[in-house]
Amino acid sequence: MTAVLGARDVAIDLPLPGGFLARRQLNILSGITLSVDKGETLALVGESGSGKTTLARAMIGLLPVSAGVLEFRGQPLSDPACRRRLRTEAAMLFQDARGSLSPRVSVGNAVIEPLAIHRRPRDRATAGRMLAKVGLAPEMAARFPHELSGGQARRVSVARALALDPALLVADEPTAGLDVSVQGEILNLLADLRRDLGLALVLISHNLAMVRHVSDRIAVLYLGRLVETGPTDQVLARPAHPYTQGLIAAEPNPDPRKRRDHPAITGEIPSLIARPRGCGFASRCPFAQDRCRAETPTLRPLAPGREAACHFAETMTSQPIRETIP
Amino acid sequence: MSLLEVTDLSLTYASDGVVVEALRDVSLTVEAGEVVGIVGESGSGKSTLAAVLNGLLPDNARITKGAVRIEGTDLLTLPEAGRRRLRGPGVAMVLQDPMQAFNPVLTIGRQLVDFQHHLKDLSRADKAARAEAMLAEVGISDPAACLRRFPHELSGGMRQRAAIAAALLLTPRLLVADEPTTALDVTMEAQILHLLRRLRTDHAGAIVIITHHLGVVGEICDRVHVMYGGQIVEEGPVDDIHHAPAHPYTQALIACDPAAIPGRAARLPTIPGRPPPLRRPVPKGCAFAPRCPAALPQCRTEAPPRVVLGPRRSALCHRVSP
Ligand SMILES: Nc1ncnc2c1ncn2[C@@H]1O[C@H](COP(=O)(O)OP(=O)(O)OP(=O)(O)O)[C@@H](O)[C@H]1O
Ligand SMILES: Nc1ncnc2c1ncn2[C@@H]1O[C@H](COP(=O)(O)OP(=O)(O)OP(=O)(O)O)[C@@H](O)[C@H]1O
Ligand SMILES: [Mg+2]
Ligand SMILES: [Mg+2]
Repeated sequence: MTAVLGARDVAIDLPLPGGFLARRQLNILSGITLSVDKGETLALVGESGSGKTTLARAMIGLLPVSAGVLEFRGQPLSDPACRRRLRTEAAMLFQDARGSLSPRVSVGNAVIEPLAIHRRPRDRATAGRMLAKVGLAPEMAARFPHELSGGQARRVSVARALALDPALLVADEPTAGLDVSVQGEILNLLADLRRDLGLALVLISHNLAMVRHVSDRIAVLYLGRLVETGPTDQVLARPAHPYTQGLIAAEPNPDPRKRRDHPAITGEIPSLIARPRGCGFASRCPFAQDRCRAETPTLRPLAPGREAACHFAETMTSQPIRETIP
Repeated sequence: MSLLEVTDLSLTYASDGVVVEALRDVSLTVEAGEVVGIVGESGSGKSTLAAVLNGLLPDNARITKGAVRIEGTDLLTLPEAGRRRLRGPGVAMVLQDPMQAFNPVLTIGRQLVDFQHHLKDLSRADKAARAEAMLAEVGISDPAACLRRFPHELSGGMRQRAAIAAALLLTPRLLVADEPTTALDVTMEAQILHLLRRLRTDHAGAIVIITHHLGVVGEICDRVHVMYGGQIVEEGPVDDIHHAPAHPYTQALIACDPAAIPGRAARLPTIPGRPPPLRRPVPKGCAFAPRCPAALPQCRTEAPPRVVLGPRRSALCHRVSP
């Protein structure tokens, strides 16, 4: 079976901002190999600035890759015919929900706009039905984006992205800014679409609890490199990379009695412009050795379906994690 | 005298002939050095409350009742100039949407310098140095390069940290932060929360933090206010709210937190039913009654009383007894 979306050794460069250096390219991502099947959810997690949004934009054809291949149903995205197909069969939920809605288009028109552009059937009740799916009252159709709360804007963007029944949805923080009940509603809706229509979902999220419940596989990015991939339950139970371990340990606890005095991981994230020698995580890694600062670890298989880029991955998985999730 | 005292604040938005009651009799106090969390339903009025504190209300908003005092001075009756003077050293704000905090055509550096206009004794170079140091404090690795960038050239999380830095540069007495860490990974979120805690002890400033992340509340807040349908339905110390929530909405909210559900749930729990209607006339009964598993007949017809459960601890509910 061909994957709905495949990435093979993808690298992405962006223009370096500012002054006379404007023409220089800055490498953001490289060596990204991933795939998402029909009905599958891949979670993409990683620190801020690690390139998740950049990768997401490339996945739906909004950015060209600098090296490697991105494929949709086996066709390379560099092919214009494939990109045309993507426009109706793939959708993206943008991180900035309000910014992705045009300020002068009413909510009702915003959600049916994709249907209008692609000349799909619609009637007066369509917008109301689509809003109801994301838990919004039909009278919201008359509102404009600036008249919505953060969570309402997020829900409108979800309704809009689902208008054309996409085969692939790339969702960048789809539940940020939603209360936990609405968050559950949106995730349950996406789960239904996976089951009923075989939606393939790439879910970018900082919320590990959510990732644990809804994703099948997880890919962890740090400084634009994959540091760990594998089945979600295995990775979260026995993380092989110290960054993944740090993410799990840093998950804030709702119980104030379990409050911690020190953050699990400290230190600065290196800048992409001055990528450090050796492992990108060494500056914040509690286990870093001299070798880590000299030699860049490559992503290597650990067990069937599991890979990690750490010199000491085997030792990591054999240790209990310091603070376990419930 | 409390640092912040909001009393019986009511606010409406007029839109297209419809009047939305976004805040209804909201009261809260914040003491110096306190971290107060505001959690609640999406659309319940949290950002609206923040906008009142910061004086950034849109034109279609109207305050119909109440008072907002900062160190005793009523913000609402103050002329514009006085309100502006309070901003900065008085109140600073981290907006829910960090894109709104910055002008897209100016560099981050230029804006961080301009934000410090109240520091009349410092030169532009001094202010730029302060800005650079503050960017480093919020975990931005190459702060000098960040100063030269335009807002759209930063990732979502870098923008969010730049917005936090902008607010902290004002060394405000009260920092109002609306979802300040949604775009950050948990390791960076933890670093920022610890930074806020430290600044709070250093300056005895107070923080009001609006969040949907109950983990953030557990990590940093001293007290919590829970909002539903434009009202504060429960308030109390963070430990009580987590371990002994009194209001059925608070109970339902905590039960929906995916972090509290072990393993992998096929479906996540939700609160059945729809958000409460806020358009005037708002029904008289309890806003949560149609979704409340414990609702009594009177809940649907009579406004719930505010039941005092202890010092600075109360719930707005017919079923709760003191
Ligand atoms: N238009 C642009 N021009 C130049 N650099 C950019 C541009 N957009 C993003 N970058 C840089 O690319 C890197 C990756 O950004 P990206 O938005 O993909 O990160 P992210 O993983 O989505 O982060 P976050 O979790 O904070 O949203 C960052 O260092 C950012 O500064
Ligand atoms: N400018 C406006 N005009 C009309 N209605 C508005 C306006 N701004 C907000 N509202 C409405 O007022 C209510 C409160 O909005 P607010 O943004 O304060 O909610 P919130 O609690 O911050 O929600 P979220 O958690 O989703 O950000 C919502 O029902 C919203 O639709
Ligand atoms: Mg992003
Ligand atoms: Mg809000």
